[in-house]
Amino acid sequence: MTLLILGATLPDASTTDLLVENGVIAEVGSGLSRAGATVIDANGLQALPGLVDLHTHLREPGFEQSETVLSGSRAAAAGGFTAVHAMANTSPVADTAGVVEQVASLGEQHGYVTVRPIGAVSIGLAGERLSEIGAMAQSRAAVRVFSDDGRCVSDPLLMRRALEYVKTFGGVIAQHAQEPRLTEGAQLNEGALSSELGLAGWPAVAEEAIIARDVLLAQHVGARLHVCHLSTAGSVEVIRWAKARGIRVTAEVTPHHLLLDEQLAVGYDARFKVNPPLRRAEDVLALRAALAEGVIDIVATDHAPHPVEAKECAWQEAAFGMVGLESALSVVQAAVVDSGQLTWSDVARVLSSKPAEIGQLAGYDAPFAVGAPAHLTLIDPAARRTFGVEHLHGKSHNSPYLGRELPGRVVATVHRGIPTVLDGELRPQEEVAARVGD
Amino acid sequence: MRHLKHLLSVRDLDRETAVGILDLAEDMADVATRAVPKLPTLRGRTVANLFFEDSTRTRLSFEAAAKRLGADVITVSAKGSSVSKGESLKDTAQTIAAMGIDAVVLRHNASGAARVLADSAWIDAAVINAGDGTHEHPTQGLLDAYTMRKAVHGDGARGASLGGLRVTIVGDILHSRVARSNVWLLQTLGASVHLVGPETLLPQGVEGWPVTSGTDLDDALAEKPDVVMMLRVQSERMLASYFPNEREYARQWGLDDARLARLAPGTMVMHPGPMNRGLEISSAAADSERSLVLDQVTNGVSIRMAVLYLLLSSKESSGGEAS
Repeated sequence: MTLLILGATLPDASTTDLLVENGVIAEVGSGLSRAGATVIDANGLQALPGLVDLHTHLREPGFEQSETVLSGSRAAAAGGFTAVHAMANTSPVADTAGVVEQVASLGEQHGYVTVRPIGAVSIGLAGERLSEIGAMAQSRAAVRVFSDDGRCVSDPLLMRRALEYVKTFGGVIAQHAQEPRLTEGAQLNEGALSSELGLAGWPAVAEEAIIARDVLLAQHVGARLHVCHLSTAGSVEVIRWAKARGIRVTAEVTPHHLLLDEQLAVGYDARFKVNPPLRRAEDVLALRAALAEGVIDIVATDHAPHPVEAKECAWQEAAFGMVGLESALSVVQAAVVDSGQLTWSDVARVLSSKPAEIGQLAGYDAPFAVGAPAHLTLIDPAARRTFGVEHLHGKSHNSPYLGRELPGRVVATVHRGIPTVLDGELRPQEEVAARVGD
Repeated sequence: MRHLKHLLSVRDLDRETAVGILDLAEDMADVATRAVPKLPTLRGRTVANLFFEDSTRTRLSFEAAAKRLGADVITVSAKGSSVSKGESLKDTAQTIAAMGIDAVVLRHNASGAARVLADSAWIDAAVINAGDGTHEHPTQGLLDAYTMRKAVHGDGARGASLGGLRVTIVGDILHSRVARSNVWLLQTLGASVHLVGPETLLPQGVEGWPVTSGTDLDDALAEKPDVVMMLRVQSERMLASYFPNEREYARQWGLDDARLARLAPGTMVMHPGPMNRGLEISSAAADSERSLVLDQVTNGVSIRMAVLYLLLSSKESSGGEAS
């Protein structure tokens, strides 16, 4: 299949035509033409490299009522993503080569995005014994990121061993930083609001203490560490300190922690219940500044689908988590692009090249260069839309943005040269799957 | 008075509305002194007591209140019903809604449960929060304010606020919905509130509340408050290291006989019950002439009658048709 994209604005703000052929960027320049090509008029559209999510819950195997590899892949494509990293907290847990290979091959078969499984650090996420990290690394899924996400590797000895052992296979540990004892029964950021609402507090120190411990462990054993979903100003300070000391740590923030704050919990609407919790407005500002400054390396969605009944209940009975793939780019635009803190070139870095680098995913280091794999998305940054369920393409609707006006709209997504979204619409499954391997 | 569809939080009450409810409760108390203590204004209405958490005294108080107003009462409580089998708030609410209910009195262990029910489309009935987790217990706040007003003003209480009253609340503020409802309502009514407890049981951010706070009970009592309200201490707090043991708690924050003897002449003693005698309050204090504990119980019925009357008398009957 041949695609001719006319007049797209690249992340560096230059404007060009792009010819996509045989899965790669075949030509770049002005005045391109090709007979028989599918033409996309990208005049006024912003081209970005295909987005890479380092933190996605696809729920399959085991929780297919919430999401499957297929439904999550479609949600990802609709949001401009061409690769996602699937978290390990499935059932069975992704702690063996068999499970990670199954998830990767389902992704391959559906074709909407590249699905990169994340392996569990510990068997069954139990935090006791290391899972078969080597077997997963050497499997066909070639796992490079390991995480017990949803749970913290809280045992300091196990964390030390994991950081050391994963070096053997060139991997990285992605830590869900949550001191379990300090967050027993915790519901909402601890402070004046949690006290007023009578919701058990989730203190910032429960996150910051684990990050501080882990950067020191990483330094001690000379390992790389990735910290999932930073949510507090104090965590930013710890990461800044660690980087200044030369510790090899990378950090992520979710779109929701860049836009939403704890005040949204006032009505006890469980759509706003998430782990880590929404924090104070000043934390939101600190996270934005840290992302602009590069202290925080990437944005990752923590897309966490849940069925309706898991949210239609009292706050403390509800599940933690929000879906985020379809809204991520719009939320990032609203939080940090429209305010001038990030350029589109920065967005390309924090949502594509850098997460690909952390996940050791090839093909994202030189987007829009002739010969590079054609993973890209075209967005209309001038569009505004009231976000609704019609914009959600996964199985679950637990989005905190329903009814909220958001900027930007994904017009097209191209994965390995194959359009997964055209004219703002997902391409049919048969069409996308049939072309895999073109 | 402000029109109320639900009673979820005392923070929804302005001073005029709060005083209005207390005055209405005075009228209801007068009914109780009649030969036949009933006022059948809610005849044909149905009130559902939905208790996801055990509470004998609050449940009985609401039942008595509804019955004195002539309403039919359905009680669903945790033990021996589907709510103990994990039925969700939504399913229980929809089930009773299908029976034609005018008001739901909800006790739930989750903070915000009453708000979630009121905001939902599951049921179109007045929702009365009878205690939600560690958030609020509005009718307790109202009955406490009523009890204080009655103790100060006696028969001339109608129309009065609590301006100038000084109230000290002692104990587990962090987990107390009673303390929260009292703090907000007493502030609305013009009283000043002082909170006392160990640092572990004072909430984060309490400095932002319209109160003063401290850790020393003797210092607080030396200030000669008009009311000292002792909160129930649960032994599970001890297991979670909020304080070392009962002995130390009683010594530091208990209203024991020695402290009772030192109380200023006019200081009244309150407790929302049930009491741990010998822990947060001594028997002598609980049974002393200063104690308003039984008045609180009596007044609870009047307040709940007033709230039911206020929410239901202006509302069209649901008609009771089943669907």
